[in-house]
Amino acid sequence: MEQRNGKAWLYLLPAILFLGLFMVYPLIDVFVYSAEEGYNSASQTYFGAGLYNFSYVLHDAYFLQAVKNTFILVIITVPVSTALALLISLGLSSIKPLRNLYQTIYFLPYVTNTLAVGLVFMILFKKTAYTDGLVNLILHWFGGNTVDFIDGPHWAKMFVLCFYTVWVVLPFKILILTSALASVKQDYYNAARIDGTSSLRTFTRITLPMISPMISYLIITGFIGAFKAYSDAVALFGTDLNAAEMNTIVGYVYDMLYGNSGGWPSYASAAAVILFAIVLTITCVNLLVSKKHVYY
Amino acid sequence: MNVTLEHLTKVFPSRDRKVKQGTVAVNDFSFEIPDGELVGLLGPSGCGKSTALYLICGLEKPTSGRIYFGEDDVTDLPPENRGVGLVFQNYALYPHLTVRQNILFPLQNLKGEERPSKEEMLRKAEEAARLVQIEQYMDRKPSQLSGGQQQRVAIARALVKTPRILLLDEPLSNLDARLRLQTREEIRRIQRETGVTTIFVTHDQEEAMSITDRIIVMKEGIVHQIGAPQLVYDDPVNLFVAKFLGNPPINVFTGRVAGGRLYLGEDPVLEVSGAPEGEVWAGIRPEGFRLREDGPMGCTLRAVEVMGRDMSVLAAHPACDTPTFRAIIDSDSRVDRKSQEVRFSLRPAKVFLFSKETEERIPAILRGEEGR
Repeated sequence: MEQRNGKAWLYLLPAILFLGLFMVYPLIDVFVYSAEEGYNSASQTYFGAGLYNFSYVLHDAYFLQAVKNTFILVIITVPVSTALALLISLGLSSIKPLRNLYQTIYFLPYVTNTLAVGLVFMILFKKTAYTDGLVNLILHWFGGNTVDFIDGPHWAKMFVLCFYTVWVVLPFKILILTSALASVKQDYYNAARIDGTSSLRTFTRITLPMISPMISYLIITGFIGAFKAYSDAVALFGTDLNAAEMNTIVGYVYDMLYGNSGGWPSYASAAAVILFAIVLTITCVNLLVSKKHVYY
Repeated sequence: MNVTLEHLTKVFPSRDRKVKQGTVAVNDFSFEIPDGELVGLLGPSGCGKSTALYLICGLEKPTSGRIYFGEDDVTDLPPENRGVGLVFQNYALYPHLTVRQNILFPLQNLKGEERPSKEEMLRKAEEAARLVQIEQYMDRKPSQLSGGQQQRVAIARALVKTPRILLLDEPLSNLDARLRLQTREEIRRIQRETGVTTIFVTHDQEEAMSITDRIIVMKEGIVHQIGAPQLVYDDPVNLFVAKFLGNPPINVFTGRVAGGRLYLGEDPVLEVSGAPEGEVWAGIRPEGFRLREDGPMGCTLRAVEVMGRDMSVLAAHPACDTPTFRAIIDSDSRVDRKSQEVRFSLRPAKVFLFSKETEERIPAILRGEEGR
């Protein structure tokens, strides 16, 4: 028995070594950095341990702005994108002609480069001295006031960011939901038809519970993904997100690490730990809620 | 409620657009099922029996023909307005709902005046559950029940809104052998108690024979014979029906009618009248053989299987369609197992003649020779 255990550990060694070196050690290191006050990466020195880094980060206006932006992004895009994806997949699974074409169209954003798409969105929404941009032209057409969505008011910028995020995350969700819908056995629908179930009731009492594990999966990963948003904001508003008031928590961490004057790894670590705590809490809440409402 | 089908036909269009002709799943069905009977729709896989069931319940639209429930023409009615209960092959119980919620589901769909009060619904659900004897499992999920219990829940769900017709699609095929016996008795009992006209689809002839009032034997979309199980067994209209009913199956021989006698190979086995001279198929039920030392049919003995109640003799005969045939005889008859040869005489009522070309039954009168 012991012989076999030794062998097992030998086989596991490469994986343990790499995971330990590149995942566990850095993770622990982040927690250590976040507690080291005045850490200097060049001289590898610090003058004390404590919670000062957290206190600094939590009192930093840029961080608070980033938290606010991230929460708005999460609260808007996760429900909207999941609901939209559900609607679209329901539509896709109930039509026969041209289904493959539509599926391809809805899947396109998934295979497109996000930065390129970000640029396209920027051009669509931007208002310059020479042109109002396509979206503003359409707004104007319908008698609305033109807004600069890229350099204008905060709500407009937030709208573009949410719009963009929803558009980018939709295809994956549609893919998951269409296959989930296809896996619901036709017999359940036949049974419901014979019993004269209305289509709304069929949806709420049969379809929805049957695909609930997939919806819960999408919501949980959606929350995590949205909390980690950064590149989308960069694609739309450039690298100086603090100035644009469009920073996200991950953006803040990045700025703290590599920002204009060389970086404050301790502040970055503290912000990262706060983000970790937020995501952990939300995911736990999600799992608790889904236990009640999800049928496996 | 009696069910009448009039020239009912269902053609599924071909998937391949080049092939214009579709698949005829149900071909010109015309028959009537009397009120309160338990009828078995019997046929091999892919013969269109499930399609026939789906046509009756309305999940499929017929290509032509009419369906009547009593006096009502229901051909164009959607399934929910036909008043049918359907039990699916895999039960199709909603896995996320409890047994009670599953049984309540059809009632909760009712609208307006038809919709009973909450107490009434619960009472009806209890009643249906009691009928199928699952009232102690009302708060369980389907996955916590055995196959047979799930089957009962499915029947209760189909019966709870008192349908005019109860339809069962291969109701026993997902159950193990012992449960199958038990459940088929159960279905019979439930049907007797409710008196609801019941049609069930099966490919298992034993299942159909054992509990039905009437069987409909079909193949490739065509009804071959309708009648009480014993009648169909004793008087098959063609070779297919004869082969399909009976376990162990009928033994098929190449026979020859000449000079008022039926010959199997060189053995003149029975006297025959009313059959044209020439080659025929002779179908002999396993119980149609009698062990006799001076019997006209000489066969090579291959094996003897003792099954307690009776005994099964495997033997070979040159005229037989298969390498060996099976004869079932009393367990107290003596078979010399060491002997190479075994001789049989035949019971005329268990021998059927079929045309070589059409495989239709030849209405011949057969008589045993031992009487002479």
